[in-house]
Order: sequence, then C-alpha cells, then structure tokens
Amino acid sequence: MSGAGGVRVQREAFDLGAELEAFEAATSGTGAMVSFTGIVRDDAGGRLDRMEIEHYPGMTERALEKIRADAMERWDLAGALIVHRYGALRPGERIMMVATAARHRKAAFAAAEFLMDYLKSRAPFWKKEYTSDGAEWVAAKEEDEAALTRW
Amino acid sequence: MIDVLYFAWVRERIGKPREAVETQAATVADLVEELKKREPRYAAAFADVSALRVAVDQELADFSTPLSGAREVAFFPPMTGG
Repeated sequence: MSGAGGVRVQREAFDLGAELEAFEAATSGTGAMVSFTGIVRDDAGGRLDRMEIEHYPGMTERALEKIRADAMERWDLAGALIVHRYGALRPGERIMMVATAARHRKAAFAAAEFLMDYLKSRAPFWKKEYTSDGAEWVAAKEEDEAALTRW
Repeated sequence: MIDVLYFAWVRERIGKPREAVETQAATVADLVEELKKREPRYAAAFADVSALRVAVDQELADFSTPLSGAREVAFFPPMTGG
C-alpha cells in the first residue's frame, strides 16, 4: 500500500478527531487535507430507529483498496484514508469517513469526491432502515451510478 | 463445487446467506437458471436479474462471465455504500 492512511472496515464507532489528527501527522508537510463524514440521517420524520449495514467480508476490503489505489494513482496524494462501519447504527451516528492529503486543495477535494462516488455504488454495502412502520432496504440511486461517468 | 453467497434482500428471499452448489454451469447466467429450477423462492429472487449484481471470486462480474475455475459467486442488489 502506498501513501498514508489506508482502508478499515469495522463495527465499532471511530473518533473523527483522532482519525484526522493521526492522518494529518502521517502526511505532515503536505499542505492540504480534506475530509468527508457520512452520518445516519433520519428521513422518516423522527421514526428511524436504526440503520443496519450489511457488507461482504473480503470483497469489501478488496473493493475499498482498489478505489483507494485508483485515487492515489489519479492524483498526486500523500495519502488517502477510508473508514467504513457496518452493523446497527442509530440516527446521528457516523457511518463512514474519507480523508485525502495533497500539496494543493484541488487534488484533495477531487480525490475525496472520487472516493465517495465510488464508495456509493462500487463498495459492497447494503443499508436497511428500521422505523416504527417496519424495515426497508435502501434502494440505490440512479444519480449515484450516473455520478461515476464524470470520472 | 461453488460457494454461492447471497446478500441483502436476495439473502432474505432465499432464506440463507450461503450454500455450496454442485454445478457444471458454464456462466453465471447458466447458474442462475439452475438455481431458479430449485424452488419458487429462488425463482422469485432471480425473477428480475436486471435488479441484481453479481461478483465472481469477489470481483464485480456480469451474468455472461464464465465460471471455469470460480470458487465463489455472490448475488446482491445494487450497492449502497457511503
């Protein structure tokens, strides 16, 4: 694996501040760092009890490593970090984060968007929402698939 | 023998997360046809393959992908990461 950061798939919550400080330290002197955090959103008007995230152990790690490697190759990055959780998450909990570091902000922003676009529809995660009305799988959005064409 | 894995609503519809399948299927599509003949719940899960995605040996693949030498095939709905 080249560059700082890496890929982690975990059930446990992560400490965003600690992750960013460690990533910043590992890419010190670079100049620009961008991060994105995905948080469980209640689209059910306060009735969302939890979101359960299922994944494909083995393939998930491989897919995330590939997405990260593609970003590292495409932009001149000092590092890229992907952390993604699975299991039961409550509204307001962090689902995932990405961070990128580069000499200039444009590469860092673009690489972070690239990571997010590919994570959305090329990483084997599936979300099921549990509300007081029952449970429902979150459908993939056509615009998420379409977003890949810009790369 | 191929390990066949199911995720998300495909897993729920078929009622199990994985199974070992004795098959001579040449492609993913051939394997799907064999599975559909098993029981109505398989036929239901595979009724509309355009709603499904497939991975062969943990790499995204197509229904026309050959299965020669494959150890693991997974079926699932479009992914929703991030």
